[in-house]
Amino acid sequence: MDTLIAILIATVGAGTPLVFAALGELVVEKSGVLNLGVEGMMLVGAIAAFAATSATGNMWLGVAAGMVAGAGMALVFGVLALTLQANQVAAGLALTIFGVGLSAFVGKPYESVALQAPQVLHVPVLADLPVLGPILFSQQPLVYLSWVLFALVAWFLYKSRSGLVLRSVGESPTSANALGYPVIGIRYLATLFGGAMAGVGGAYLSIIYTPLWVEGMTAGRGWIALALVVFATWRPARVLIGAYLFGGVTITQFFAQGAGAAIASQLLSSLPYLATIVVLVLISRNPNLIRLNAPVSLGKSYHPGG
Amino acid sequence: MKGSMFARGGAALGAAAALAFGGAALAQQPLKIGFVYVSPIGDAGWTFQHDSGRKEMEKVLGAKVATKYVENVPEGADAERVIREFAATGHQLVFTTSFGYMNPTVKVAKAFPKVNFEHATGYKRDKNVGTYNARFYEGRYLTGIIAGKMTKSNVAGYVGAYPIPEVLQGINAFTRGMRSVNPKAEVRVIWVNSWYDPGREREAAMTLISQGADVITQHTDSTAPVQAAEEKGVYAFGYHSDMSKYGPKAHLTATTHQWGAFYTKVAQDTLAGKWQPSNIWGGIKDGMIKLAPINPAVPKDVRDLAAKAESEIAGGKLHPFGGPVKDQSGKERVPAGKSMPDDQLAVMDYYVEGVVGQLPKK
Repeated sequence: MDTLIAILIATVGAGTPLVFAALGELVVEKSGVLNLGVEGMMLVGAIAAFAATSATGNMWLGVAAGMVAGAGMALVFGVLALTLQANQVAAGLALTIFGVGLSAFVGKPYESVALQAPQVLHVPVLADLPVLGPILFSQQPLVYLSWVLFALVAWFLYKSRSGLVLRSVGESPTSANALGYPVIGIRYLATLFGGAMAGVGGAYLSIIYTPLWVEGMTAGRGWIALALVVFATWRPARVLIGAYLFGGVTITQFFAQGAGAAIASQLLSSLPYLATIVVLVLISRNPNLIRLNAPVSLGKSYHPGG
Repeated sequence: MKGSMFARGGAALGAAAALAFGGAALAQQPLKIGFVYVSPIGDAGWTFQHDSGRKEMEKVLGAKVATKYVENVPEGADAERVIREFAATGHQLVFTTSFGYMNPTVKVAKAFPKVNFEHATGYKRDKNVGTYNARFYEGRYLTGIIAGKMTKSNVAGYVGAYPIPEVLQGINAFTRGMRSVNPKAEVRVIWVNSWYDPGREREAAMTLISQGADVITQHTDSTAPVQAAEEKGVYAFGYHSDMSKYGPKAHLTATTHQWGAFYTKVAQDTLAGKWQPSNIWGGIKDGMIKLAPINPAVPKDVRDLAAKAESEIAGGKLHPFGGPVKDQSGKERVPAGKSMPDDQLAVMDYYVEGVVGQLPKK
């Protein structure tokens, strides 16, 4: 039982950067924009957050800096792909390559800096619950925020009028435009939001999860977030399940190894990817629902006049 | 266009003059040395130690050498391009500091027979290619001794990258060192299947700690396991470099690589024209492996124990794999009174007694 609790506590921590980045990208893709630059935006967010926190000692200023930096990167993508109508796939890939290089360059002087790990926040009363208390209510403050974000995104997309507009822009920008909605403007907002959330995901890694800065420290988490959105068929709840599943299987296979399980570690290491894909494909196997959820205009440029 | 032709002519004249007026002018030319690094230099780790070695050599030899390095060179086609570039631009000595540079190094060396190459951790040599490596496991044995004395739970956690001989030597030497002073001790291993992923290295360390390990060490490239140990209030050992900055309380010491003296010697031999390709596998005796400063938390008798083992290893009286060496299944790999020969060490593919869990099969 103690082991199970320990695994679940670690699972939530491991899944959180994916929750932020993937929920952000979900909103972007729902507006019809495919931004493959998540990894680059996360890295730039990570170094900005680390620099801000090491200068001020304040974690929240770091998170804010990560948000701004991630959104700034997304703005670059927006100018290229939305205003100048460049190919979204190419622009996104370029953004990742740019982000990897930029963060490494800016981060050079921070490689030798060590930060204090921030304390977890015990939610009064709830943290004392058996089992659930330590798993859900004794986490980093940013973890609670990721749940708030999830609730907001789910509500926004499916219960709010602006969410409906955003989705219509992703389905048929021409119709949305005909109805008088500013397609490019809405896509800009979605893209900036996605960048800001990727930045927070990066900030979580560099100032909370492993409080250090090293080049390329996201180690592919941006790509996993992108894959999660697709395999979750653009549903926020499934994105959340996928992120925790990925984190959970990663942690569980470490526990299995540490306990001396006689399974090849190479196989164990591939389990998080396999398990996440299999589970998400299974729960999303209805082709009609996939067609319903996938934004029809995903990745297509929109020319306002044409 | 005309101007540049004149300039080139002038340079050629100058070169001819230098040749004509003899060796004195030539001797003033510094020896150009190139270094190829697999990762960014950063602040700690494998490449950082090679770069410290480069700087140490520059300090000792001063104006006699001029060094250049290229960092973050992927193993493969890019490596060959970088190595060739060094050889083609007048570098007479090139150090290639990662295992995956082996084939490109040998290939370029064939095309530039006048250039000397030194390749780290490989096994292919040629008329102008030498190899060098360090006996990292000697340092691991010493940290194992300290771990065995400092642990209360008798469990140590080891974060490994890939189950290859070099990493297994480290795990096994650490385990043997630990059990030499604490026969009840056991070592748990988690493989992250990556040389470098701070997030997963941390998760692995945290898992080991929650499974009872109160001493953590790693054979991966980031400082995340040391930080995780500091956070959880357990002990840790760094690797490659002194990582005490990342865990002032947790960090007991580190097995560090020291390449400076070797680089200086190779450069001097090249300058003197007497360099020969060889296979160097240096350890504590050669100053290639050193322990970082030991944390004041380690009591004097434990330091003395480690220091004694250190001088015995240097003097050849103690071998981390001195017999009897038994593997996990109880099979005797080295009989009593003998120590493991280098060719057996180089292909190690098993855990010794005291390591928990089964080694992933190939």
